[in-house]
Amino acid sequence: MTEIGLSHYLAVAAILFTIGVFGIFVNRKNVIILLMSVELLLLAVNINLVAFSSFLGDLAGQVFAMFVLTVAAAEAAVGLAILVVYFRNRGNISVEDVNLMKG
Amino acid sequence: MLQVITFWILASVTVLSAFFVVAARNPVRSVLWLILAFFSAAGLFVLLGAEFLAMLLIVVYVGAVAVLFLFVVMMLDVDFTELKQGFLSYLPFGGLVAVVLAAELILVGQAWTEAGVVAPASASTTPDTVPNLEALGMLLYDDYVYFFQAAGLVLLVAMIGAIVLTLQHKPHVKRQNVAEQVGRDRKTAVTMHDVKSGEGLDE
Repeated sequence: MTEIGLSHYLAVAAILFTIGVFGIFVNRKNVIILLMSVELLLLAVNINLVAFSSFLGDLAGQVFAMFVLTVAAAEAAVGLAILVVYFRNRGNISVEDVNLMKG
Repeated sequence: MLQVITFWILASVTVLSAFFVVAARNPVRSVLWLILAFFSAAGLFVLLGAEFLAMLLIVVYVGAVAVLFLFVVMMLDVDFTELKQGFLSYLPFGGLVAVVLAAELILVGQAWTEAGVVAPASASTTPDTVPNLEALGMLLYDDYVYFFQAAGLVLLVAMIGAIVLTLQHKPHVKRQNVAEQVGRDRKTAVTMHDVKSGEGLDE
């Protein structure tokens, strides 16, 4: 408890990842919360990368975390754009009606 | 000692606010909790010695992504109370999966650190003499320059995709059409009318 090691950071990242998965499970109607859960997953991965980078003394992990950050930003932009178009067409953002988009 | 206390505070705030992101009834509050989670995660990054990534997290996530989320949440006119339906019906199964997943992940992390696996030779060792930002810059622009360019390409494609998806042409909005505007001449632009006094023109 008095010494903060790698395993503490890994535990925080694991709990954060789990909360993200949990959010995807329970929010079946709200796409916005779903996208936010995906952001939480990517944040957990980033914490893992930075923790390993710091404790192993290998800076490449932080470079990778930066690329994950880039992908997260792009994903948020495109996801929200799709969400806006979907709302314009259907008038709601329910995940359960998304299969009506086919064709 | 202060480092330990700071870690526990930041870690618990991160986890709690992440939980409220998925549990909050109002999506605006969800976004605000998300901002808090990113902020305390940035604090954890500072504790780990990754100052540049911490600042990047605040600038990119809090400044751009979270504000984008806030913008969309406020722009869409959705009845958010009915969006919470089904929360309770999926709660037991989702909770079970979450608990099992968390237990497994933490177990693996603990076991890995306990076993004392010798780390493989570093691809790029952290230098002691230069600050984090300088070391990161040297690494990024030397060894990972092609990946850096590819990341820029990813952002470009995402930007174009978002614009193409959301751009719409409305019929009554006047737009610039250079060829049409330059191609006007006197014959198409000017007409002569004999207007009677007190009546005006009816187009």
